[in-house]
Amino acid sequence: MSHFDEASVAVRAALEAGARYADCRVMVRRTESMTARDGDVEELGSGESAGLGVRALVGSSWGFYALPDLSDSAARAAGRRAAEIAVASATVPGPPIELVPSAAVEASWASDCAVDPLGLSLSVKGDLIVGATAAAKEAGADLAEGIYQIWDTRKWFVSSEGHRIDQHTRECGAGITASAFGDGEIQRRSWPSHRGQYGTSGWELVDSLDLIAHAPRMAEEARALLTAPLCPTGETTLVLGGEQLALQIHESVGHAIELDRILGWEAAFAGTSWLDLGRLGSLRYGSELMNITIDPGIPGALGSFGYDDEGTPATKRDAVRDGIWVGVLAGRDSAAVAGLDYAGSVRSDGWARLPMVRMTNVGLEPGPHTLDEIIANTDDGVFMDINRSWSIDDRRLNFQFGCEIGYEIKNGKLGRMLRNPTYTGIGPKFWQSMDMLSSETVAWGTPNCGKGQPGQVGHTGHPAAPARFTDVRVGVRG
Amino acid sequence: MSLETVRSGAELELAARVVELVRQVAGPTAEAEVVVRHDAEALTRFAVSMIHQNVADAATTVGLRLHLDGRTASGTTTVVGADGLRGLVERTVAAARLSPPDAAWPGLTPPSPLHHSAAYHGSGEHSRLDFGFDEATARATPAERAGRVRDFVRAAEGLETAGYCRTTYTSAAFANTAGQSVEGRTAEAAMDGIARLAGADGVARLASGRLADLDGAALGARAAAKARGGQDPIELPPGRYEVVLEPEAVADLLDNLAIFGFNGKAYAQRQSFVELGADQFDPSVTLVDEPLGSRDEHAPGLPFDDEGTPRESLVLVREGVTKAVAHDRTSAAEAGAVSTGHASGASRTWGPFPTHIRLEASPAASLPAADAVGAVAESARPLVARMERGLLITDFWYTRVLDQKTLVITGLTRNGVWLVENGEVTAAVGNMRFTQSYPQALGTGLVRGIGHESVLLPDRWSGTRYAAPALHLASWNLTGNASG
Repeated sequence: MSHFDEASVAVRAALEAGARYADCRVMVRRTESMTARDGDVEELGSGESAGLGVRALVGSSWGFYALPDLSDSAARAAGRRAAEIAVASATVPGPPIELVPSAAVEASWASDCAVDPLGLSLSVKGDLIVGATAAAKEAGADLAEGIYQIWDTRKWFVSSEGHRIDQHTRECGAGITASAFGDGEIQRRSWPSHRGQYGTSGWELVDSLDLIAHAPRMAEEARALLTAPLCPTGETTLVLGGEQLALQIHESVGHAIELDRILGWEAAFAGTSWLDLGRLGSLRYGSELMNITIDPGIPGALGSFGYDDEGTPATKRDAVRDGIWVGVLAGRDSAAVAGLDYAGSVRSDGWARLPMVRMTNVGLEPGPHTLDEIIANTDDGVFMDINRSWSIDDRRLNFQFGCEIGYEIKNGKLGRMLRNPTYTGIGPKFWQSMDMLSSETVAWGTPNCGKGQPGQVGHTGHPAAPARFTDVRVGVRG
Repeated sequence: MSLETVRSGAELELAARVVELVRQVAGPTAEAEVVVRHDAEALTRFAVSMIHQNVADAATTVGLRLHLDGRTASGTTTVVGADGLRGLVERTVAAARLSPPDAAWPGLTPPSPLHHSAAYHGSGEHSRLDFGFDEATARATPAERAGRVRDFVRAAEGLETAGYCRTTYTSAAFANTAGQSVEGRTAEAAMDGIARLAGADGVARLASGRLADLDGAALGARAAAKARGGQDPIELPPGRYEVVLEPEAVADLLDNLAIFGFNGKAYAQRQSFVELGADQFDPSVTLVDEPLGSRDEHAPGLPFDDEGTPRESLVLVREGVTKAVAHDRTSAAEAGAVSTGHASGASRTWGPFPTHIRLEASPAASLPAADAVGAVAESARPLVARMERGLLITDFWYTRVLDQKTLVITGLTRNGVWLVENGEVTAAVGNMRFTQSYPQALGTGLVRGIGHESVLLPDRWSGTRYAAPALHLASWNLTGNASG
């Protein structure tokens, strides 16, 4: 069933009410999730949501209105209301806005999916998550938790410039965590990531994680961490696993290259960026091993789509090439303000929210090494993996991360397990110290990226592999 | 929002229809609870001193939790026509039948009257209790919000500004198959903005049940004064500093204590620092959760939770002694307690936590406040005046838990830090990173003063609202600065 007609009604109504540009997204989404604890289902939920959101540009001012009603009358009302809100925005106007061109296309796109996750029986999915937590509990976890999540989204986009695009995106993922309680502290280990692994994929992604097989090791490592020595304090060589590096990319590169932040549009909440547009193309972000791409076309990655929420087709671009900052994540209006000629990174998390600049798949191109080679070439250092905490300042410079597990590296070999490993640094100094990078890339999915007011939760992807950094401050404690 | 968004009785009728549908589809033994919420939110956002995003939406969401033959499932929908509601019931029944047995099902809330709050102004003629509900706020127009933004921008007198003005309205009802049936509504307004000057940001933030209470010009002037006071910051070495935290920063303490400490599930699972009955805080610390408001303040939340349990004030800490944690029916059953009315759609997974904490202010200022508008918030001035050497911190940012049991948090300062010497602000300071156990910072003998004025602060993400005075602490562990 198509919803182009309702979207078209809303766009026409906005134009009739004075808008010089308007677009509308109709979205229908079904969700399902299950959490399990210690071998029992904790919560099983499903959701259905349908509605439309209209954007209207009157003069230089935007308005947005959304309703959960797909009738023609509601669509007309929403279009008019979006234009009325845009008129109110002109109370405090900005400079004239133009939009960078986006070819008006009529198109259809769907993500790859071998096993429909919503079509699979609940008992199969439940047996897997419950079974994984039971296995961790049996292996000695004080608390074993598991989760799977599924999103099935259909979207119809119409603009006053002639776009008519429908997309069907299926996303899912899962993960488990084993916790061990000690005297005044808790240690935890997660597989395959601290919130699980997610992608634009069918249930085959979850099957590939082999949760039950890894559960006992998670429990054993959590228990062992309780008596492991603390991560030492000081400056050392740091080797990060790919999962942790994915979040490092997300926080200290992905958000920093969002053009709305660079322009100050997020200054009061998410923050700005240390990057200055005047140095685009010349600023050294990292070492020559650092090549970051913006690629919404990676099959199966969580930040993939056919077209963004302004109708711009998915296109791969460089963000950092040979360590030099060369690209941003942009929308049609922000790109025009910045004097750039490309957009393509605007999305909303649902029909009720305004599309805004968001990460797609922002990741590192593979390096020439393997993790084993990196360890073997490190005389003295620390290996850390699997994120446990993350914090970064509002300019995306000063970061501190905690990981679930660490190991000493001595004379080219992994040594003792270390508990409470943390590291801190300043973004460009850190990235410029990257001197070894693995080729073992995984496109990690982040299903919980918060941004915007009202808040939106974005789904992003981050190809990353293990890497080595020098002279990093580790072991920060309270 | 507009006139048609202010509704009457529609949610309770919808909830009753879903309960009846459950009986038809699943039979008389099914236990079901239904929450219907109509939420209308409008947010006018500004940056670079212009309104760049201006949004509104209105949606009705029906949530159903069903316990059938010992098994439980839940579902939600925004499709509230006959087909949508039947679809919700049928798929939730089907999910429950396929689920494993739920040994932790806590049963339904029995019929229970709602509690009146100190701020109650309603008629009491039926189950709807408005708790100081301000219809003008619920009906606020885009022009009213934009006008406050204009005033904020003008009051900053040429400094770059950014922030938002927001109004929200919620009308909700709950019904279950045990006969509990309640409804309520709430409205709230908030404004949060910064002024910027040469790399220094100043902030002003306020929530209220009445849009009329929000003075864009006053807030803009305050943000600008702090930005002007933040010029030429110095860099200080990491280490332990005595601090005065302004209300915005104190709200972050309350937020993390609530989510990770006073969380009934975390407590039951031994992941919280909380020990009931223990002297865990300085005797000057009293924390109360007030979902129904207090004194002359409106009710920030609904008068019942997602399980239909009536809400009321909950004393979490009295004079330093930990008294309670928040419970829904599941965590209460696990802990051998009773629900405190803190169930939410996510509480069974993430745990129930207090959402409207007030840190009790001190009864009166110990020193007179200065007259001039400057970098120091009014609530903080008497505390700053008696600090020999330390830092005045406006706001915290991106705080994350390093260890949940001890609640060691790392984060950064934001929107203004100053060095205080002999009771006077002597220099602006660049933002710093900290790594600090929050309960430890509030421990016995470490709270040197609490401000006399509580400020109502809006949530930044999670639908919470806190009332916070300024706070003078003996020690705060700053672990980094702009250099790393």
